[in-house]
Amino acid sequence: MSTGSTDMEIISRVLKGEQQAYGELVERYKNYVFTLTLRFIKSREDAEEVAQDIFVKVYRSLADFKGTSKFSTWLYTVVYTTSITFLRKKKMEVHSLDDERTYELADSQVSGFSANQVEQKSKITMVNKAINLLSPDDAQVITLFYKAEQNLEEIAKILGLETNTVKVRLHRARARLKEKMQIHFSEEVKDIY
Amino acid sequence: MNTEHFSNEHMEERLWEYIDGFSNQDDLPVIKKLVEENHTWRRKYNELLEINQLIHTTELEEPSMRFSKNVMEEIGRLHIAPAASSYINHRIIWGIGIFFMVLIVGFLVYGFGQIDWTTSSNTSSLPFNIRNVDYSALFNNTYINVFMMINVVLGLMLIDRVLANKRKKLYPQT
Repeated sequence: MSTGSTDMEIISRVLKGEQQAYGELVERYKNYVFTLTLRFIKSREDAEEVAQDIFVKVYRSLADFKGTSKFSTWLYTVVYTTSITFLRKKKMEVHSLDDERTYELADSQVSGFSANQVEQKSKITMVNKAINLLSPDDAQVITLFYKAEQNLEEIAKILGLETNTVKVRLHRARARLKEKMQIHFSEEVKDIY
Repeated sequence: MNTEHFSNEHMEERLWEYIDGFSNQDDLPVIKKLVEENHTWRRKYNELLEINQLIHTTELEEPSMRFSKNVMEEIGRLHIAPAASSYINHRIIWGIGIFFMVLIVGFLVYGFGQIDWTTSSNTSSLPFNIRNVDYSALFNNTYINVFMMINVVLGLMLIDRVLANKRKKLYPQT
């Protein structure tokens, strides 16, 4: 992921007054931040606004970043707390897995694709859609582990949990993802199972 | 490791640990052998491995084209807040600390200086018997109660402040 200057080198330049250098960090992490935000806030518009807000907040408190953890870990902690705060403020629904409406939403989302369209979608797109059907907590832990290159200890730090709890959560999230794929994309996964 | 009574879920859990590289040293050779020799385990392993690879290949969502520009425009109007440690004057903190230490030590020295060390331990130097003091009169006083109540409220506010600061430190952007 990191090509050219390291995160710390860029941060150092920004702190010395080279404001434009921050653009490199934004470019480097915008997809990660946006994807993680979208795991919580299902509306793309809101997620984008929150993601922008996250980058602004991080810029403002960049001087407080000590470098004791990876910059990405610190950034994702801000993503997590800001997304949660946004949801609390807006009092939006956090779709719990136990909530029956999650299944209704999942069904409605899947029914949005015609049979032919679904057939044409690649397995990768199918997994992406299945992740979107998960609860925010499950989707978040899978994204952090697989896409954001965070290990269990770092995820634990981001989510404020114990490492073992994260391990269990990751295992359960994958089990639920598998379940979602079997239920909603049975055609695409029939050669897997 | 007894593998006879493994439930499907337990098997998956062990296989995920194996795939992630989290298996402990005792389990590792056992799982490896099972995957190589046992048909059920091998089938399940291949299934989970494919899911694992699929998740790895998923794509990240992309924000709109204007995203970076919007962020840069926004930060163009801002200045980085200096690190908290940089604007705290350590001399003032030390000064306050030393003042209180001197005050406490001064009171202690004065207090000990007033004690008549030559009197025997079974006789009290106090002009009254401390056991006969009626504390109820003191704590029944309305003003004292109000004063204590204010102190309790202030104490609670202080604890709240300390906890809020601690939380802010743990989650800097809340």
